[in-house]
Amino acid sequence: MMRLSWFNIVSLTLGFAFLYLPILILVIFSFNESKLVTVWAGFSTRWYGELLQNEAFLNAAWVTLKVAVFSSTLATVLGTMAAYVIVRAGRFPGRTLFSGMIYAPLVMPEVITGLSLLLLFIGIGLDRGVLTIVLAHTTFSMCYVSVVVSSRLVTFDRSLEEAALDLGCSPFEAFRLVTLPIIAPAVIAGWLLAFTLSLDDLVIASFTAGPSSTTLPIKIFSAVRLGVSPEINALSSILIAIVTVGVITASLVTKRNALRQKHEEQAAARAQ
Amino acid sequence: MMRRFFLIAVPYAWLLALFLVPFIIVLKISLSDTALAIPPYVPTVEWGQVREFLSQLDFENFVWLTQDDLYWKAYLSSVQIALLSTLMTLAIGYPVAYAMARAPEEWRATLMMLVILPFWTSFLIRVYAWMGILSNEGFLNQFLMWTGIISAPLTILNTNAAVYIGIVYAYLPFMILPIYATLDRMDASLIEAAEDLGCSRVSAFWLVTVPLSRNGIIAGCFLVFIPALGEFVIPSLLGGSRTLMIGKVLWEEFFNNRDWPVASAVAVILLLILIIPIVLFQRNQQKQAEAEP
Repeated sequence: MMRLSWFNIVSLTLGFAFLYLPILILVIFSFNESKLVTVWAGFSTRWYGELLQNEAFLNAAWVTLKVAVFSSTLATVLGTMAAYVIVRAGRFPGRTLFSGMIYAPLVMPEVITGLSLLLLFIGIGLDRGVLTIVLAHTTFSMCYVSVVVSSRLVTFDRSLEEAALDLGCSPFEAFRLVTLPIIAPAVIAGWLLAFTLSLDDLVIASFTAGPSSTTLPIKIFSAVRLGVSPEINALSSILIAIVTVGVITASLVTKRNALRQKHEEQAAARAQ
Repeated sequence: MMRRFFLIAVPYAWLLALFLVPFIIVLKISLSDTALAIPPYVPTVEWGQVREFLSQLDFENFVWLTQDDLYWKAYLSSVQIALLSTLMTLAIGYPVAYAMARAPEEWRATLMMLVILPFWTSFLIRVYAWMGILSNEGFLNQFLMWTGIISAPLTILNTNAAVYIGIVYAYLPFMILPIYATLDRMDASLIEAAEDLGCSRVSAFWLVTVPLSRNGIIAGCFLVFIPALGEFVIPSLLGGSRTLMIGKVLWEEFFNNRDWPVASAVAVILLLILIIPIVLFQRNQQKQAEAEP
């Protein structure tokens, strides 16, 4: 392997410093004793303590979690179905419109998605609350799920499914026993993606949330508009920690599974 | 047969009801009159009455958009900000992607994960992190004054400069990943061949590497440009009152002025502007997919 030239080392260092320094500074200052966020006054976990007492934030966190769990689960089911339709269903009337509707939300500005859904909910007289946010989040995140799952379905060997059908499985059993375990990593990745998208979303939630269903991003946004605050730094640090641990665990698990699969394949090859 | 119908019908109906219909409502409201009642619009169009629909189409809100300077300026400055920040992201992202592709094999998976990780972290938090850095008494100014480069703090937060920094920062992974993907697949012997044939390293880079990574560059640019154009969070947190971006204008029109028809008309025009880059992007992706075996 060639060695890295000094130029490449400099660009990697600067690039990753640019990506990570802001987050690092944010986390460091969340442990600052002073109320002034930019002046260091000694180490303290005081803001984390105050955060746990702040009922408004805790309520918002609970609403956010509920919305994320429901919408990502629903989006995973619908998105997997949509991926099946795109990859497997062949021709049917309205196919172009269908795939257009799957890809359009990926590039649609959030302000437009939010506005249009709000106008729909008002039009049909649905009160804004947790339900409307769940509907909104499910709609845009199912498209992400279907992209992730369909990329896995494309490479899937159909003869495995056919073998199961020949051996007497019903189509549903074949799906549950053969297809689902094989596409499971993509389905799980899709669920995680939908979950994080829902946790993060500010714009669409702002349009579709009612007064009693404030989510965490809406709460953070309205607090942050007034300026930087150590409490928000603490809250951000907690969220960053959760995401980092989650992503690293997920990637280690996938890596281990891939290794195990490779070993099994090698063992099977030797056995032949 | 029944099963196949069900499989298609459920996601289809969902998307029709919650994606297409809402969008048609936006179109319809953008063609309505403003009224003071809530909901603040008077439908000038009734469903199913096509003839009446055509005779009653009301382009008042669109005419209003063309007459008020604010909207023109907002569209133009959105395009300008999105375009310039896309180029800046490319200038920063390309060397990083290049270095990643040249890094030892065993580092690459880790480097990839380091690029993806910020993408999973809340967008809002990543933008917020810059507020503490860019403010007058923020980290950057303290650092620059400590080194003696400047003697008085620079005003960066609440200006367009902060918006550029925010967009470049938030969308950098979208630029790095597709470029890295094309560079990673590139055959290194092509560079050797160019050098053997008398190219200098610099001209081999410009004549071989850059053209071969064209697809990655195009994909990365669209992935940054399209969301940056409708961006709301970055201009509203990092930009000032004079930062005009269309996503922010739409938000204010809707939440502060409660003018739904104008907000809808702004949305329709934003979408019309976006259709061109979106179609170009789709074509590029399709071409790429066809080129691969």
